[in-house]
Amino acid sequence: MSFRPYRSERGPVGVRQATRRSSRVKTLGRRSAGQDARLLVGALVGAAVLALSLASFGTADAAGAGVALEEPRIDQGNEKSLQRGAAHFVNNCMGCHSAGYNRYSRVAADLGLSEEDVERNLIFTTDADGEPTKVGALMTNNMTREYGQQAFGVKPPDLSLTARSRGTDWIYSFLNTFYLDPDRQTGVNNLVYPGTAMPHVLWNYQGFQVLEDGESEAEGEAHGAPQLVLADAGSLSAEEYDDMTADITNFMAYMADPIKETRHRIGWLVMLFLLGLLVVAYFLKKEYWKNVV
Amino acid sequence: MSTNISPGDTRPATEKTGNGLLNWVDERFPLTKLLEEHVTKYYAPKNFNVWYVFGVLAMVTLVIQIVTGIFLTMNYKPDGELAFSSVEYIMRDVNFGWLIRYMHSTGASAFFVVVYLHMFRALLYGSYKKPRELLWVFGMLIYVALMAEAFMGYLLPWGQMSYWGAQVIISLFGAIPFGIGDAVTLWLKGDYIISDATLNRFFALHVIAVPLVLLGLVVGHIMALHEVGSNNPDGIEIKKNKNAAGIPKDGIPFHPYYTVKDLVAIVIFLIVFFAVVFFAPEMGGYFLEHANFIPADPLKTPEHIAPVWYFTPFYAILRAVPDKLGGVVAMGGAIVVLFFLPWLDRSPIRSIRYRAPWYRIMLFVFAANFIMLGYLGVQVATPLYTWMSRLGTLIYFAYFPLLFVLSRNEKGKPLPERVTYHGSAEPEPDDVDVAGAAAR
Repeated sequence: MSFRPYRSERGPVGVRQATRRSSRVKTLGRRSAGQDARLLVGALVGAAVLALSLASFGTADAAGAGVALEEPRIDQGNEKSLQRGAAHFVNNCMGCHSAGYNRYSRVAADLGLSEEDVERNLIFTTDADGEPTKVGALMTNNMTREYGQQAFGVKPPDLSLTARSRGTDWIYSFLNTFYLDPDRQTGVNNLVYPGTAMPHVLWNYQGFQVLEDGESEAEGEAHGAPQLVLADAGSLSAEEYDDMTADITNFMAYMADPIKETRHRIGWLVMLFLLGLLVVAYFLKKEYWKNVV
Repeated sequence: MSTNISPGDTRPATEKTGNGLLNWVDERFPLTKLLEEHVTKYYAPKNFNVWYVFGVLAMVTLVIQIVTGIFLTMNYKPDGELAFSSVEYIMRDVNFGWLIRYMHSTGASAFFVVVYLHMFRALLYGSYKKPRELLWVFGMLIYVALMAEAFMGYLLPWGQMSYWGAQVIISLFGAIPFGIGDAVTLWLKGDYIISDATLNRFFALHVIAVPLVLLGLVVGHIMALHEVGSNNPDGIEIKKNKNAAGIPKDGIPFHPYYTVKDLVAIVIFLIVFFAVVFFAPEMGGYFLEHANFIPADPLKTPEHIAPVWYFTPFYAILRAVPDKLGGVVAMGGAIVVLFFLPWLDRSPIRSIRYRAPWYRIMLFVFAANFIMLGYLGVQVATPLYTWMSRLGTLIYFAYFPLLFVLSRNEKGKPLPERVTYHGSAEPEPDDVDVAGAAAR
């Protein structure tokens, strides 16, 4: 267990500077309901400030990388983006990675697709008998531990929860920062996850980047900061590739927390109900207490 | 709502001829007697302020934890191979399983929030002082049981932080010298590493043993409370001022007055609670840690192991001491010393309202220091933070001997005759107070 610096000493390396959310702390107005009430409010505000500052540290902590991560602009309510992300995911990731806590049928329902659509366009895996995976099945694949270890040195991890363990900014930055490195077996290395066993699977979309010292052409950057430069163009422009990885990240965020949209919707109803109940409870209390003197 | 409010049914049980079934039960079981003793004729001081809601909120949280816990056990698998995926199965495939799980995980943190505030209330108003020492001791036992319950529950999701957090805590017992420590850790784990055997026994302890102990202690806590009566923000005994019927003049029946008042507090609590459940169940990684979304892996230590926030003040004390055994002793001592608070504080003045200025300063330094230690406990230990933890540990332990010495001859403000209510210092005439009305 060792100390994990959030920013590398070298500073941001060519990755666009993260637009980190600053922790916005709401300060509550002081109440005039007596000293003790003020005390409590003070304590709660203090705790809230602490919790919020901790929370902002928390998201930074989750990153766990030596470079500044970039937050993708994603929206879990954007069905089209999720559908594109799902297509990219099953086409490019699922050969090696499973998403074994998710079901195809659930993806269909949540992403506004019919089960037939999903069967026809999104299921490329087979089950143990070699039959195409059923739509109600979990999104697993046939990558065994042994095969994974032979091919990559490690079994490619399940990606169901990566957005919650690593963070969406990590995934997005990881997918965007592969660069050529002849010292690696796969021929590429990664800024966010140095020494990763994963090859640059999306190379034919992005092309290949190289890591340059940046002394010659870095204008906006600090002097000497290394920079990723596209050496060999892929089929997509830089913007199109960013959009693609953002869609994949969005889909992975959905997979990590598929209930999120529903949870928020129900949450507002619950809040509304409780606020109504609060009004009733408050006046009930007032009615009973009016003759307490 | 009628304006004619009856503060509890005050007729003797023998007069109640209206309800045949109730009479039938009362002749066989002390139903009415129990209700009167603990609810309708339990006279609580009328001047409770907002600090007095956290006891009932702790009860609400306990109920939430028990009910959601029962439903979780229906689908959870206490098995090293299946535990992690069974939690995800609950989160994804069980109807409203996500709600039940998030309520349980948020409830754990909420429990500690309300219990810490409840304990701080006791410090503010001297609620641990004679004759409420046992009440405080019961409360402390609940707190310790709660920590055990939370610790063992945290292993069950079988994520990386579950596994390695438990590893760190159990290894603390290894600091006990003479070979006892190793034997104890082996006995606790049931294996040489934390494994399926550990998971199984922690499950048993978490869902049966500790909850039983907790419930028993809660009953003891409440019985002790109702025996001695509630303290109040003025810290003076309402039982000293009784009317002709023997009812405290400043007391009002718990039901309906405090049931309706607590209802407001409960609804406000539920709003905050469900706001977290529905909109921020991870709470930025502090209620559900990020690394706990990775299945437990005995071969891969996470880069930064931090306990959940409610243990971090004590974790900071543990890390502040350079010696392992010393750290464990300091951490344990930090909890044990709280048990003796009723005898360490020798001042007859209970409430902070009338205590000397030095006590106010000391208590707030103590509380702020506790929060600082909590913050340091989640951070990666840098040299600066380690020294801050050491200072914090010193302040924490300095509080108790200082209190013991200074409280001997405390010069506080004069105590009032009656409790202050609605800010009016003058005593109310007897014929308009509720207790008096109730007696007639």
